[in-house]
Amino acid sequence: MMNKTFKKDDWAKALEGLKDKFKVYVPVKEGDFHNFRLLGNGRKPNFEFQNTRLSPKSVILPQSERMFEYSLEESKEDAHIVKEVPKDFSPQAIVGIRPCDALAFDLVRINFDNPQFQDPWWVRRMESTTLVGFACNDPCSSCFCTSVGTGPFGERGLDALMVDLGDRYLVRSLTPKGETFLAKLEFGTEADDALIKKALSLAGEAEKKITSKVPTDRLRGKVVNELFNAPFWERVSFACINCGTCTFLCPTCWCFDIQDEVYRKEGDRIRNWDACMFPLFTLHGSGHNPRDKKLQRVRQRFMHKLKYYVDKYGNGPACVGCGRCVQHCPVNIDIREVFHLMNGT
Amino acid sequence: MESIHPIRGENKIMSDIRNPYLPYPVRIDKIVTETEDKNLKTFRFVFLNPEDEGRFAYTPGQFAELSIAGKGEIPIGIASSPTEKGFVTFTVNKVGQVTTYLHNMKEGEVMGIRGPLGNWYPWEKMEGKNVVIVGGGFAFTTLRSSIVYMLHPDNRSRFKDITVVYGARSPGMLLYKGELATWEQRDDIHMHITVDSTNDPNWKYNTGFVPTITEQKIKSADNAIAIVCGPPIMIKFTQPVLEKLGFPPERIILSLEMRMKCGIGICGRCNIGDQYVCKDGPVFSLAQLKQMPPEY
Repeated sequence: MMNKTFKKDDWAKALEGLKDKFKVYVPVKEGDFHNFRLLGNGRKPNFEFQNTRLSPKSVILPQSERMFEYSLEESKEDAHIVKEVPKDFSPQAIVGIRPCDALAFDLVRINFDNPQFQDPWWVRRMESTTLVGFACNDPCSSCFCTSVGTGPFGERGLDALMVDLGDRYLVRSLTPKGETFLAKLEFGTEADDALIKKALSLAGEAEKKITSKVPTDRLRGKVVNELFNAPFWERVSFACINCGTCTFLCPTCWCFDIQDEVYRKEGDRIRNWDACMFPLFTLHGSGHNPRDKKLQRVRQRFMHKLKYYVDKYGNGPACVGCGRCVQHCPVNIDIREVFHLMNGT
Repeated sequence: MESIHPIRGENKIMSDIRNPYLPYPVRIDKIVTETEDKNLKTFRFVFLNPEDEGRFAYTPGQFAELSIAGKGEIPIGIASSPTEKGFVTFTVNKVGQVTTYLHNMKEGEVMGIRGPLGNWYPWEKMEGKNVVIVGGGFAFTTLRSSIVYMLHPDNRSRFKDITVVYGARSPGMLLYKGELATWEQRDDIHMHITVDSTNDPNWKYNTGFVPTITEQKIKSADNAIAIVCGPPIMIKFTQPVLEKLGFPPERIILSLEMRMKCGIGICGRCNIGDQYVCKDGPVFSLAQLKQMPPEY
């Protein structure tokens, strides 16, 4: 375990100094909000945010990713044969990820890396990634991370955690990976006990600021078809416009589509984020669609996160309480209310 | 520290595992037009790399993704039996972009197959039992695989009576007509072929819908397991017939279809409740389905 402190100005310089050893993703202010971007090209990290607009899930599962390539040029010996493309799995770090978004990687791991199948790109990217968390001193009013397995200073899924102590950051390693990362940083000094104590007291204060609570205790015991047939779905889904915003913002939404794209005689097989909110997601070739109604799609999204995932993996729910969907749903559908409805309290 | 916990990706175990999204290259060896409407063709594929055939070891009931560079992939049941060596076959209905393109391809062309995927019919539970196969239309493909598998001299003694009810709209819409005629002649399988209707005066088999013929021909559910594959309407009306005959839901086996992409339970679209049809299915017992949300 390593505890180091960095003056705020030094922290940016220390990250900058890592550029040759790691690809460093940091929060960058873009207009009114923050998103994770690769450090470089004059980009400056900016840690003055509650949370980034999008979680950094795209660092591990890019919104569009080239899977394979092929040539349709008949004169080529390997025409029509789908082949792997070179990919960069060199070490990288996501610095400034909130504990909720780090928990999301932990929750979706079972989908991409299970005894039966491993998604090679997701797994290798996770292996090469160090997650340096950023504790929340001031959680949002829509945050409910403490109800779903982490907290504003939560450590689950993280390799290191940084805490804002006003004029400086305390950064503590949590795994050997985090320790390796921290050891490579310049400008840091050993943190003394007083600073560590201060961080602890901030953690307590931050937890008290989380006012949203959701119940999850009865989800596992519920009979799936009783929840499926519950009358409340009509009301929950009534205002939904199937825009898919919730799924794109959600750090635990992982669904993707696979498409072929060809330019002249060269083509790629690409995977793109997809969403259960769209009718095409489940449309059969025959025209039949098992989820052709809005209610069915809204129900699928919540049932997947709060029931199917819980049942399948004895885990979860597959929600980290980041509150993004609550904040950005254009018709104010609130997952916290759905927790109450499904859990039955 | 770095040597204990390497963070470099290159030296990790993943490089040893075959990419499950990468299709095996195959050559179209033979194309047979199966039905009078020419909408169903059977494609026989040979692996370009002979060692891939061994990697593609499958069990009847499984499916694969047929992969055409530039067009995409489609999940199709495997119609050949693992007892048939040197090739794999798929019968494909012309429906969408990929299948339409495939129907226009020629023998000798190169494409890909990815699999085998999904689970299979419960062969261990079927041992020592009477097997009743009920199929309709073009869903007969994995049933054909199963029949060929069971009739193979190595396997036939593992099963008791094999009874097949197979129906199509008209005689010209039946798949595998040559094999059906051969099986009709055998005494180790009871065939009940039927068509919805026909004005062919030489039609020598049954006329009537599959559920009706099942009710007439299947006499008992004793020590029997039923495998049902067909269009939803056929399944809907066959289910009560089988239950009336005394088949408990645990011994009624169904194979489902769903829109799929990855085929390995990762991309997220083919779920029914907490079950992915591609990975946890496509084969489910009626008992399982009764516990799952009716969303298929």
